[in-house]
Amino acid sequence: MTLGELGPGCRCRVRRLRARGVLCRRLMDLGFYPGVGVKVLRNAPLRDPVELEIDGYFLSIRRSEAHEVEVESHEA
Amino acid sequence: MKRKALVALAGQPNCGKSTVFNMLTGARQHVANYPGVTVEKKSGFFAVDETKIELVDLPGTYSLSSYSLEERVARDFLIHDHPVLAVNVIEAPNLRRSLSLTFQILELEIPTLVVLNMMDMAEKRDMVIDTAALSKKLGAPVVTSTARKSQGREEVAQTIKRMAASQAVPTFRIDYGPLEYAIAQIEERLPRETFYFLPRRWLAIKLLEEDAGAMHMVRENAPDAEQILEMVRGLSAEFRKEHGEIPESYMAFCRHSLAGEIVAACVVSPKDSRYALSDRIDAVVCNKFFGPLILVGVIFLLYYLSIDVGYQLTGPLVNQLLAFKATLSSLLPAPGVIEDPLFRSLGIWFMESMVALLTYIPIFLILFALIAILEDSGYMPRMAFILDKLFRNFGLHGQSTLPLILAGVYMGGCCVPGVMATKGIPDERARLATILIVPMMNCLAKVPLYVVLVAAFFPQDRTLAMFFISTVTLFMALPVAKVLTLTVLRKHDQAPFIMEMPAYHFPTLKVVVGRSIERTWIFVKKIVSIVAAVSVIVFALLQFPGLSDERLAEYGARWNTATQEFRTKIGADNAYQGLLAGDNLDRYVLFADAYRQASMGLSDQSAADKVAAEFADREPAFAPLLKPAAGDKDAAAIRTAMRALDNNRKTIRREMKNEQLNASFLGALGEMLVPVTKYAGFDTKVNISLLAAFAAKESTVSTLGALYTVSDGEKDASLDKRLQTEMVGYTPLHALALMLFMALYPPCLATSIMVQIQTKSTKWMLFSIGYLMFLGITVSSAVFTGASLLGLSGMQAMWTFYGFAVLVTIVLGLYNPQPKPVAILKEKPA
Repeated sequence: MTLGELGPGCRCRVRRLRARGVLCRRLMDLGFYPGVGVKVLRNAPLRDPVELEIDGYFLSIRRSEAHEVEVESHEA
Repeated sequence: MKRKALVALAGQPNCGKSTVFNMLTGARQHVANYPGVTVEKKSGFFAVDETKIELVDLPGTYSLSSYSLEERVARDFLIHDHPVLAVNVIEAPNLRRSLSLTFQILELEIPTLVVLNMMDMAEKRDMVIDTAALSKKLGAPVVTSTARKSQGREEVAQTIKRMAASQAVPTFRIDYGPLEYAIAQIEERLPRETFYFLPRRWLAIKLLEEDAGAMHMVRENAPDAEQILEMVRGLSAEFRKEHGEIPESYMAFCRHSLAGEIVAACVVSPKDSRYALSDRIDAVVCNKFFGPLILVGVIFLLYYLSIDVGYQLTGPLVNQLLAFKATLSSLLPAPGVIEDPLFRSLGIWFMESMVALLTYIPIFLILFALIAILEDSGYMPRMAFILDKLFRNFGLHGQSTLPLILAGVYMGGCCVPGVMATKGIPDERARLATILIVPMMNCLAKVPLYVVLVAAFFPQDRTLAMFFISTVTLFMALPVAKVLTLTVLRKHDQAPFIMEMPAYHFPTLKVVVGRSIERTWIFVKKIVSIVAAVSVIVFALLQFPGLSDERLAEYGARWNTATQEFRTKIGADNAYQGLLAGDNLDRYVLFADAYRQASMGLSDQSAADKVAAEFADREPAFAPLLKPAAGDKDAAAIRTAMRALDNNRKTIRREMKNEQLNASFLGALGEMLVPVTKYAGFDTKVNISLLAAFAAKESTVSTLGALYTVSDGEKDASLDKRLQTEMVGYTPLHALALMLFMALYPPCLATSIMVQIQTKSTKWMLFSIGYLMFLGITVSSAVFTGASLLGLSGMQAMWTFYGFAVLVTIVLGLYNPQPKPVAILKEKPA
């Protein structure tokens, strides 16, 4: 499952980053590492991008980029 | 002894780096661009006791890889400019994430001073940081500050001084576990004498990360570079086989874990509640229904306050500037009766160009202050969040919102700050696309022409016509952005859209005022000087080669005839004939003209009397003529005859001006262009005024005013009335084509310069001028010729075009050649 598939309110844990190169680096810079918990807060009015809570702060990410993060959901 | 030390200031975006910079350097700073790139280099100076320090503000970066321009700039500075130490600003509440940059600076073996900034925020959340323990773990001094309130300045400055003097090399080292073997192997293989300028361990680490910059560095310096890189590839492949992971992510993970360990050991932090309020605000602000509503409301308010209120405030300033201009013009050579001295015309033209630009200052101050409030409060990223999807469909970016708003997405803005604001867009392709479409917005300077044309040609449908031109521009700009990104910009880099949504906080007055003044000052400095220079060139193009002597003599003769008429009219027995004999008449005409201008707009009786007394003092002989005494029949006759003479003079001057414009270089060019522009319905006169508009669009209306003279001596009718009667054969359709051309008109000079500054490329500047010129003439020709052939009226053509533009926008918005809109870079840029 990827982060891009989750809707608002979902909590999950990062499993693996599919992305390589610049996107991978950017994701790591902002704290996407295996084992880190992520909460999906809300979608933008046009459903994309999504706002997330990770490691205590908020960030927004496009859905296509969220699809590059593999996660395991632990509660709906 | 005076010592000078070069100190780098590094930190992640939003860590408050610039507030620390301002806290340390005060107002003494100097902004310059790094050579060849669009990233600004700000350096400031300050002194601690006898040590003089040059502080260089590096671009905010999350790490020091070579993926983005900012990171490359920051890293190159740290490696090649040899700062004696780096000041690493850290957002204390976000310590864990910030440490990854700190590690990377320490790995470069640069003495580092860690400044824990925003301590007030950390304290508010009952976060306790053991700085001594942190300092021990990092092997680097750690001090705290709240730069926003100027707290901690002394300690930071003193520590910088101490560190600059001691130059202790950091001993910090991250244990990369199973990769240590590979790192040691590579380090061994890198010749010490070749790579003396940087830590070889760092280079080995970066090579394992497949960092493009590091590989480039090896190829540049080592003769056996390919063998070294081959060895790195081998070691990397080996590690991958054994651990199922690439070294880059493994090492990043090591840093991340270490940061976690350090934070666990040094920080006591209760459950994070900082974002609870932000979350609740976002629930409304980013809501599906309220979000867009609030956004529109904010944009409306922004325009209302800056343009409407700002415009009212410009009133007094304009009066000041005009008064100043009048004072200066009195220093210029005196005007002639029918022809002014060249130096006078130039001086007045130059001052008018300057006044037009300077009147924008109050509007800019307000606009920039409001933008600073949006930025400082944290609303700006929310705007990008809401609009990103919409803009992305057209190749733009969520962060294109601000530039488009500044440039006048509805009506009233300025493209110069619009282009300036594209600096923040991380995605190179979207940034260029934004720069290229910003000039299509309706800046303030385009508005006067719209108003005049709408009043003259759409008197019944003013509101609708204004609505049309205000909104159609966006439906032209979006499709153009899409086409540009699919064609000329296809190959430019895209960047992922991962944006921090900082917690909302209340903007401080100091930040808002400071930023507003700083940005307005940049505008004044960068633009005004260049526009001043070019306005002189445009003047010359409009002035020369000038009229032939025969023509001048002819106008002179016409003036003579007019004066003869005057003399006949007042009668030979007029008591003042002697006074006005010969050249004295010309002198009196100028004198009366100057008096009229001086007393114009004086409603106050005492002020008017004062002016009258002044003039009477200057030329006592003429005084009885200015205000004929009761019963002085001769003076009254002169007054009446004078009116006719004045009107004759005006007509001669206008016609001369007109003929001279037509004969000028620009006039010749305007005439040459008629075979092309006739399809859009533009004649020579319109061409000339459009060409002159390149210097500043405000001038279109005044040039048109000079060209469309009122022949029958009719009193100064308003320009729209004059256009109505004078533009014979002009229809609303002509006006529509002209308005559309104006909307698409190439960026004015000031904007072009800003495009050059922001793209660092004259090629892009010329492209933006050329393609808009082409687009403008194509669209207006298509509308004019098409509607003429179909026999559509102006209004019909207007709404047909509107429908067409909206349709194209929708179709192009839905058209998406790549199934995955974001082509993530698989290759690292060189």
